[in-house]
Amino acid sequence: MMTAASTPAPAQFFLERFGLTERMLEQIVGTAAARRADYADLYFEFSTSQSLSLEDGIVKSASQHVTQGVGVRVVAGEKTGYAYSDEVTVDSLQLATRTAQAIAQESGDTRAVAVHTAAPAHDLYTLTRMPLDVQVADKVDLLNRIDIAARRHDARIKNVMASIGVEQKLVLIVSATGAVVGDVQPLVRLNVTCIAEEAGKRQQGTYGGGGRVDYTFLLDDDRYLRFTRTAADQALRNLHAADAPAGTMPVVVGPGWPGVLLHEAIGHGLEADFNRKKVSAFSELLGKQVASPLCTVVDDGTIANRRGSLNVDDEGTPTSRTVLIEKGILRGYLQDRLNARLMGMPLTGNGRRESFAHIPMPRMTNTFMLAGDATPDEIIRSVDRGLYAVYFGGGQVDITSGKFVFSASEAYLIEGGKITQPVKGAMLIGNGPDVLKRISMVGNDLQLDEGIGTCGKDGQSVPVGVGLPTVRIDALTVGGTQAA
Amino acid sequence: MSDQSLEDVAEALLTAAKRHGATAADVIVAEGISLEVGVRCGDIEKLKQARQKHLGLRVLIGARSAVTSSADFSRESLDKLAEDTCALARVIAPDPFAGLPEPSELATQIADLDLYDPAVAEVTAPQAIGWAKEAEHAALAADARITNSEGAEVGASTDRVVYASSLGFNGSYRNSGVSLSVVPVASHNGAMQRDYWYSGQRKLACLEAPAAVGRKAAERVLRRLNARQVPTGDVPVIFDPETAASLLRHLAGAVSGSALYKGTSFLMGKLGQRIAPATVTIIDDGTRRGGLGSKPFDGEGLATRRTVVVDGGVLSSYLFDSYSARKLHSRSTGNAARSVGSAPGVAPTNFYLEAGTTPPEEIIRSVTRGLYVTELIGFGVNAVTGDYSRGVVGQWIEHGEIAFPVDEITIAGNLLTMYDAIEVIGNDLEFRHSVAAPTLKLGRMTVAGK
Repeated sequence: MMTAASTPAPAQFFLERFGLTERMLEQIVGTAAARRADYADLYFEFSTSQSLSLEDGIVKSASQHVTQGVGVRVVAGEKTGYAYSDEVTVDSLQLATRTAQAIAQESGDTRAVAVHTAAPAHDLYTLTRMPLDVQVADKVDLLNRIDIAARRHDARIKNVMASIGVEQKLVLIVSATGAVVGDVQPLVRLNVTCIAEEAGKRQQGTYGGGGRVDYTFLLDDDRYLRFTRTAADQALRNLHAADAPAGTMPVVVGPGWPGVLLHEAIGHGLEADFNRKKVSAFSELLGKQVASPLCTVVDDGTIANRRGSLNVDDEGTPTSRTVLIEKGILRGYLQDRLNARLMGMPLTGNGRRESFAHIPMPRMTNTFMLAGDATPDEIIRSVDRGLYAVYFGGGQVDITSGKFVFSASEAYLIEGGKITQPVKGAMLIGNGPDVLKRISMVGNDLQLDEGIGTCGKDGQSVPVGVGLPTVRIDALTVGGTQAA
Repeated sequence: MSDQSLEDVAEALLTAAKRHGATAADVIVAEGISLEVGVRCGDIEKLKQARQKHLGLRVLIGARSAVTSSADFSRESLDKLAEDTCALARVIAPDPFAGLPEPSELATQIADLDLYDPAVAEVTAPQAIGWAKEAEHAALAADARITNSEGAEVGASTDRVVYASSLGFNGSYRNSGVSLSVVPVASHNGAMQRDYWYSGQRKLACLEAPAAVGRKAAERVLRRLNARQVPTGDVPVIFDPETAASLLRHLAGAVSGSALYKGTSFLMGKLGQRIAPATVTIIDDGTRRGGLGSKPFDGEGLATRRTVVVDGGVLSSYLFDSYSARKLHSRSTGNAARSVGSAPGVAPTNFYLEAGTTPPEEIIRSVTRGLYVTELIGFGVNAVTGDYSRGVVGQWIEHGEIAFPVDEITIAGNLLTMYDAIEVIGNDLEFRHSVAAPTLKLGRMTVAGK
């Protein structure tokens, strides 16, 4: 109801909307690339996001936000000049270009650029219907069904907070090479939080998922019901969780979303900017052993319909599958244009930005470890006393020292090779360059997460994916309250 | 760029909303400019400039509401936005608690709280680059073990915010902010550490001297070198002012009316009860002159005020916006926070724990064997239960002296027992953030390590 055409071709859309022509783009990007600039680009964005949320049994809030603007970037050596505006006119573009150009000192001629529109290299999320075009009433109805399902699931569920967020982002990247690449990026996400109450105790559980998918993804195989019950069960289980142990012990991490371990422990440390500047704990370890030989880790932006996937990155480079660690050996970094050029390494399609108001930098897409041979049962049985952690709230890393944390929100004790008591949430803390060396078993059950990850770096948030098979880490510090 | 004032835009949008069926509406319009520079290893790395304006609309059709935002200020777009917002509201369930505040609660005058310094708008890129270079140079020059840098940044921004509602309120104020930060990297025995220091102020003249910020960052990173794990056990824990402020942020979240009505606060049902020792008093004050969290009126047009949240250890008030106040049969405390694109929510303004009398050095001397926390990482706080577990960087204390740096350890407990365990309060309260605390010593927490 709120947008007209669903998926116009981005180039045509932006030129028409802002009254621009290809000649104007050539002139502006040519000016941006003048003087001592090594590279320049224009990034046009028009995005619409819609969110509906339920609490206290009613869908009581709805919001819709339209963001539009352009960012002009000029790169000279290690320097980046950037100017952006939410007003897109030839005047504002020229002003932004002059501002960004200030970085490339000394005079010189405008570069002649001939633009040509290029189709994105991939087609990872062509949908039958844009999620934004699905009736709001249908989304309201789904949220109401979630509320009913959660309360029916167990009488101890006292409140449900659920939200559906859909987004449609049109981007157009005009680069100094002349390439003009556009993309239309849909995104859907459902989140369910349940509050359980029993005998004066309260607990919460949260679950959800989505991706660059049709809205019907939430309905397929009753996925929304599975999300709802999982959130409810998590809350109920936590009502009777014992205090978590404190100290260093073997930890078995479950498949899927616990891949946040890789994201924090090694993913950020392998982003090219930190390595070019030599401020990463992984700096200069290329070709060296950084993990046990059981570990192969990849970043893959090309998996259809995943939350972390993109047809092109935010610099117009096609996304790809990059092997970061191969059988324990560090093989590659995640690159954007600036860092790839300065390091003399190939582009990997990992130059991402939150919006037109942000400078691109190397970021992850979908980061996961390939499956091994062990069965999950074998892995659990191998532990005499330890922790089994299956769901996480999120994590953080100090790139330079390598220390990282990720907080378990659903975890169990392993005693005598068996999963026993559920325990309360606890922080797990480790050292990135060590932790993967301590992986002694890798499961045959690789799963990617459900599509809920958002990664923050330097104030910019982008959607990402993670994945992991069940793994055994021989020693990791568990931040509970029960000292052994 | 059109010449219409932000006030006119707000009024035009309110009129359009009424025309499309809104029974009540409010609008927030913000316009600002910003400059951001970064230098690294003595050279410019980043220069970023922007001019942005944005507006947000909330409409109510009876008890149904919707919120939208846009950056398109053309008259046709405003009309379309009003129409779309009303259409969105019509499909939402009625919520009997939805609505604007009572007209009698609205601010009748707009206090000048000294929130804007025109000198901030005049900061030029070369000036900002100069300060960043000076700060980074001071850090790099402080010690031979400081071998690298993640750079120094300076930011300067100003904006103007207009809020208008169909109750007839139409007010505005200006903000300015200037900040400087530096992140040096030190290495020793093949291991690296980074740390940072910063200064953030509304007034340019109040910004700390760049070289002093650089030297402090250097001091902070050097003391982290050769950090190690300590054995698992229960010990007294001292939080420095930066990390103590995070304990207050958790408390601010738990006294928020929206967390209370949702049932996601560990302080539910604790009003009037003792939650901390009698030495603990916690204030929310939106009226501090020049305060980083100050504003003359909140996101619904109510005057901000001073609320005593914890009075001599007793939880004396929650913080409300008008929605959560109606849900919980209370009155707004003027804590409605609202960004351009959001519905009002509850947030603290300047939220602080009153200073005690003990110098921080004396607090450290009082500990025979314990932990001094200087950085916390990770999000391991359960807002519903107060269960707390976070990663720590800090210093180990032996016999009242800083003995060696520690990392790869966690501290864990429950916020309810942690507030109760505050034994000593430092005399070093400084308003470096809108949420601020002095050094705090807690009797005992579980440290997990080796």
